[in-house]
Amino acid sequence: MNASTKPKLRVATATLAGCFGCHMSFLDIDERLFELMELVEFDRSPLTDIKHCGPCDIGIIEGGLCNAENVHVLQEFRANCRILIALGACAVNGGLPAQRNHLSLALILEEVYHAQHGLVDGFIPNDPELPLPLDKVHPIHEVVKIDYFIPGCPPSGDAIWKVLTDLLAGREPQLGHGLLHYD
Amino acid sequence: MTEDSKIAASFELDGKTIPFTEGQTIIQAAMAAGEYIPHLCFNPEFKPHGSCKICTVKADGRQTASCTSLAQPGMVVESDTPALNEERRALLQMLFVEGNHFCPSCEKSGNCQLQATAYELEMMSPHFDQFYPDRPLDASHHEYLLDLNRCILCSLCVRASRDVDAKNVFALAGRGIKTHLIVNAKSGRLADTDFSGDDKAAHVCPVGVIIKKRVGFSVPIGQRSFDEHPIGAAPHPDNRDD
Repeated sequence: MNASTKPKLRVATATLAGCFGCHMSFLDIDERLFELMELVEFDRSPLTDIKHCGPCDIGIIEGGLCNAENVHVLQEFRANCRILIALGACAVNGGLPAQRNHLSLALILEEVYHAQHGLVDGFIPNDPELPLPLDKVHPIHEVVKIDYFIPGCPPSGDAIWKVLTDLLAGREPQLGHGLLHYD
Repeated sequence: MTEDSKIAASFELDGKTIPFTEGQTIIQAAMAAGEYIPHLCFNPEFKPHGSCKICTVKADGRQTASCTSLAQPGMVVESDTPALNEERRALLQMLFVEGNHFCPSCEKSGNCQLQATAYELEMMSPHFDQFYPDRPLDASHHEYLLDLNRCILCSLCVRASRDVDAKNVFALAGRGIKTHLIVNAKSGRLADTDFSGDDKAAHVCPVGVIIKKRVGFSVPIGQRSFDEHPIGAAPHPDNRDD
């Protein structure tokens, strides 16, 4: 690396209560990934398998909060990332997992593990390694401060690229017509 | 005076001259001149309701709903300003968190005025805490369903059913945060009213509450009303149902 080369920005990503669709969409930036890799290096992310987030410039969170572990991961990201981005509908407003919010958690567990047809001697999993589910699913801005939001289910690769390149260029990210969508 | 009355009356909207005829509201004159003022409960076919406040403008320095304020000669109106758009965004965010607006599963997505207006005003997040209310879904009618999770209380269906269809199928009940849409039947079910797909009320919902069954998602993503044009530039900014 010569002296004039700017140090690479460190980026961490995680999926909480989401479907990984936003990460798949992130990969849809396709060959622009090479361009991105010139500018950033990845910390914790499903792409690196690093288990904990260290100090980073940008953190990207897919998914909302449906269990205690989600909250811990989110707090770790907030503590370590200068800029934290909510990526996709679930992170932004709870999305699909939040569609359980009008039902009681007990009723859902009962239905899934006991009552449903074909479940003989079903029991509700209670292994200490399993994170406890939250009573309701929450979007991440309800728990920590979020700097930027990229809505969409999922946001397109182009929308993700636009926000990242705006940020890397020191511009305020802006999604125009066609890139800003909630579905 | 004779000289003056020959000159068409006009007012100024964001620096542009907007002609109007006596009795026109600010938003009516603006729309006639091809200017967009964000709105939800206003529909040019109906008497203004003035409830959503999205169309609030600053007229001669005072904030007012442009759907209920009459245009006045020489009036100076500001609409597309950062301050007003910030307030509009906050109103939209409140509408989003008060209901359950899960766009990815909504048949109205892409044709929804709430969604398109939020795009227009660059609403990036709901900002407030979600209410996640438990609201009913009425699928009793053979042709239409009501998903009250998405109701923004614009009262367009109430006005259409009362003033055009003469049926009074819908009403707003309760007060304040408890205001909700009800169906005028003892059972409260749409099937027990004389509501029909031919009613005006079946085609005025700006969001995804009154939904025709068995036609959902027939238009592919990319070809829906507001995929093609943002609401502020759409040739027919008001609800396109089919």
